[in-house]
Amino acid sequence: MTTKTTSGATETPKQRGAKIIKEHIVEVVSDSGEGAQKCGQTFGSVSGKMSNGVWTVEIIPAEIQPPARSPAGASGIRIRLASKRVTNMGDEADLVVAFNEQVLFSRVANGAYKKGTIVLLENKWSEDPQESIRQQYAAAVKEFAEHGLVVHEVPMEVECLKLVKDARKGKNMFVLGMLCHIYSRDLDKALAEIAATFARKGDKVIKANHDLFQSGYDYAASHIDYHWEIPAEQGDLGPTLVTNGNTAVGLGVMAAGMDLVSMYPITPATSATHYIADIFHEAGGFIHQAEDEIAAVAYAVGASFAGKTACTITSGPGMALKTEVLGLAVMAEIPLVVVDVQRGGPSTGLPTKVEQGDLLSTLYGMPGDAPKIIIAPATIEECFHFVILARKLAEAFRGPVFVLTDANLATGVQPWTRPVLSEDWLAAPIDQGAWDRNVPAYDWNETTGLSQRPIPGQRGGEYVLTGLSHTNRSKVAYDSDTNQTTCEHRSRKLAALAQTLNPPEIHGDEQGDLLVVGWGSTKGAIEEAVDLLRENGHRVSSIHPRFISPMEPGMQEIFSRFKKVMTVEINYSDKLGDPLITEETRRYAQLAGLLRAKTLVDVDCWSVVYGHPMQPGLIYSELEQRLRA
Amino acid sequence: MFGLKADWSLEVFERYFTMGDYAGGEARWCPGCGDFAVLNTVHRVLHDAQLPPEKTVAVSGIGCSSRLPHYMGTYGFHGLHGRALPFANGVKSRRPDLDVWVATGDGDCFSIGAGHWIHAIRYNVDMVVLVFDNAIYGLTKKQTSPTSPTGLSTNTHPKGAPLPAMNPLTTTLGITNVSFVAQCVDWNPPHLYETIKKAHKHRGTSFVRIIQRCPVFSPDFCKPLQEDSSRMLLLTHEKGIPADDSVRRIFGEQREHDPGNWIEAMSIARDERKIPIGLLYHDPDAPVYDDLSSRGLEATNAEKIAAVNRAFDAFAI
Repeated sequence: MTTKTTSGATETPKQRGAKIIKEHIVEVVSDSGEGAQKCGQTFGSVSGKMSNGVWTVEIIPAEIQPPARSPAGASGIRIRLASKRVTNMGDEADLVVAFNEQVLFSRVANGAYKKGTIVLLENKWSEDPQESIRQQYAAAVKEFAEHGLVVHEVPMEVECLKLVKDARKGKNMFVLGMLCHIYSRDLDKALAEIAATFARKGDKVIKANHDLFQSGYDYAASHIDYHWEIPAEQGDLGPTLVTNGNTAVGLGVMAAGMDLVSMYPITPATSATHYIADIFHEAGGFIHQAEDEIAAVAYAVGASFAGKTACTITSGPGMALKTEVLGLAVMAEIPLVVVDVQRGGPSTGLPTKVEQGDLLSTLYGMPGDAPKIIIAPATIEECFHFVILARKLAEAFRGPVFVLTDANLATGVQPWTRPVLSEDWLAAPIDQGAWDRNVPAYDWNETTGLSQRPIPGQRGGEYVLTGLSHTNRSKVAYDSDTNQTTCEHRSRKLAALAQTLNPPEIHGDEQGDLLVVGWGSTKGAIEEAVDLLRENGHRVSSIHPRFISPMEPGMQEIFSRFKKVMTVEINYSDKLGDPLITEETRRYAQLAGLLRAKTLVDVDCWSVVYGHPMQPGLIYSELEQRLRA
Repeated sequence: MFGLKADWSLEVFERYFTMGDYAGGEARWCPGCGDFAVLNTVHRVLHDAQLPPEKTVAVSGIGCSSRLPHYMGTYGFHGLHGRALPFANGVKSRRPDLDVWVATGDGDCFSIGAGHWIHAIRYNVDMVVLVFDNAIYGLTKKQTSPTSPTGLSTNTHPKGAPLPAMNPLTTTLGITNVSFVAQCVDWNPPHLYETIKKAHKHRGTSFVRIIQRCPVFSPDFCKPLQEDSSRMLLLTHEKGIPADDSVRRIFGEQREHDPGNWIEAMSIARDERKIPIGLLYHDPDAPVYDDLSSRGLEATNAEKIAAVNRAFDAFAI
């Protein structure tokens, strides 16, 4: 017997008490296009709204519509939810919902699961008209069991078909209902979230999805034995936003008062402009979708020359194409914000997957000496604030500022403090007053290399910007002294900025056996691993510089307080002991190489290019091994 | 000059600009180069329009013709090879008050920048695009360009350019949203002046191909045309480029052509037996990208902050 509660939920008479747990990692995996991601995002949002710590990350196949029921086609989402704040995707999942058995194979191969991971598996394949599918299914169920997975077969299709004709559309809401019951989610919040998701599609669609949700919720209540509660222990977070890092970048562009985003579609960067595409003009901005990556950055540079604040957002291959124009921005000192959402490389590489592989190409990937500012946000919240910071730096230091995020930050979703907006964050209106003709267009300060620039429309400031070597009046000059001194001026700007920076904060003790250095999106995973090692008695600390160029000061001094220093990065490095790899031939991870050159300290590294975000468990075991050695 | 504040005009100007106000550094092209004529004509057109030099921006790519901004007294942007058009579109994007000119060449526009050429025509941003076409790479010293006539001996094709020359007119006319296509020669000042003046008046991307003399590397490209003007076809029409008697005397081959007639324009452009000069096509009403790209310019700080707060609300919990 079941009865309706006031909120519309149905509960079994034999309502089990929910078991209290600290955190769980949940995955929903399906063929592409079955809505697993929407399901997980909604689940994450509801959990965020319940003040839980949440991190969600999408599992994305590189193709839009890969073949159905193929291991390569695994599409889905991982949600890590906890009582406290979560900073990364964690290690193996505790529970996974799978729409078919084949997509699980790639996750198993990726090490996403452990012994005891619960699998709620769609069982319609056991009665598929095709014998081969029935056999595949039976074999897989057996194999999963051998791996130690706890498989529960669930008639999702059958249950959904009671409500809709095509279960492919809507099964995700059924699953959402199951998860919301299993993890004791707030029903009203879940229903409201679904209504908001489908608001544009009208009441009928909302009702249909609510019904599917309810059906999944009821099914779990009466058929699934697991029932957990993850109470929020973060206290009142205050006003909070839940976004991924790309949306945070987009919002940062608006809050910075940018005039222009000029972009060309590229994974995984493009979604930064998706949300703001429809509303940017209300904040005084315009999104230009250019014909190619080069045109995108050229358009932004043109607008910036004319005094308007501009930004371009791209990923590795786009950075490669933009290189020449970015060199011009350095040479002619044109303010510009460049966001590089890094993915796997080289070439087309791993379009949907994470890598921190663009550090050196951003720093050095231009002909000649092209000094530039590079900053790397370490959290989703910083993706927002660093865009504003970048705009200000670009204008103050008259040149391009590079913001290196990555696919992990881009697609990870996390709650963060809603910023209190300030007029100081907005770009100032352009100066159209007369320019003193006696002041050259590049009135370089001898010490800092800094200068003010005339803006078209300013009478008396007329000059011709050029990428050729030029004098302070922007006259083409090929002579030795001009080239030498102008290189000095551009370089000194970085030294001037470095004067204003603080040394990085140390996570953990001020000295110890091992110092781990990370950058970008790996902060949460590194610190979680460091904390666990410290709990287990190891003397480990970490730092996470945000300024890569110029480098934050005091590195050498901090390094001197630790017996060993190493970086943890998501880019390729050789490992000692591999064929032909010796101290002489070994190629280091990107930041490690940079730090070695900067500090002359024997900085070691551990880096992998598995294409997935850095996991605390992996870091933990690697560091522990080294500490024991 | 001579203590006169203004030309012979009864109008009182708050600021009056002389030709010299539009001129910059001394032009350093080869003697006999057609670029001088174009530069002087641009100065004249600006002078006639009396636009403040600080409101004018001359944008270019790389090549001989792309030196032009350095010889202007206005703001200038001497960019990168092939990228003049997106730079110029960007300059104009959020500054509709600026008067934007592009100087580019056959290599810059039709070869390395060909992708931008197509899209710039389609964006139809309000600016003048002057393509200095001398059918050769000059700055890098005599390599084949897309418009090099078949058989032209160059350093990259000593036995003669192997491919048929590209026809920039048909290409441009074929692009959706094309709004102004004209062709002229650098050695006829009145026609050059009227063409550039008309291009400047048009709101949209005015594409002007200027057949330009390079006496050093491709003399054989223009010499036959200069010597035998019957190889050219002067397009005349009340809506076209005004051609006075001096022009009509030189270009005896003439055809009345309504620049609103695209099909006729295309057939004239395709007929390579006669090189047309004049206005091939003009659509004053084609949508300009400026109207889109200047959205939101008037937003106040309070409105901007309110908009960001509304955006936050969509993600708030």
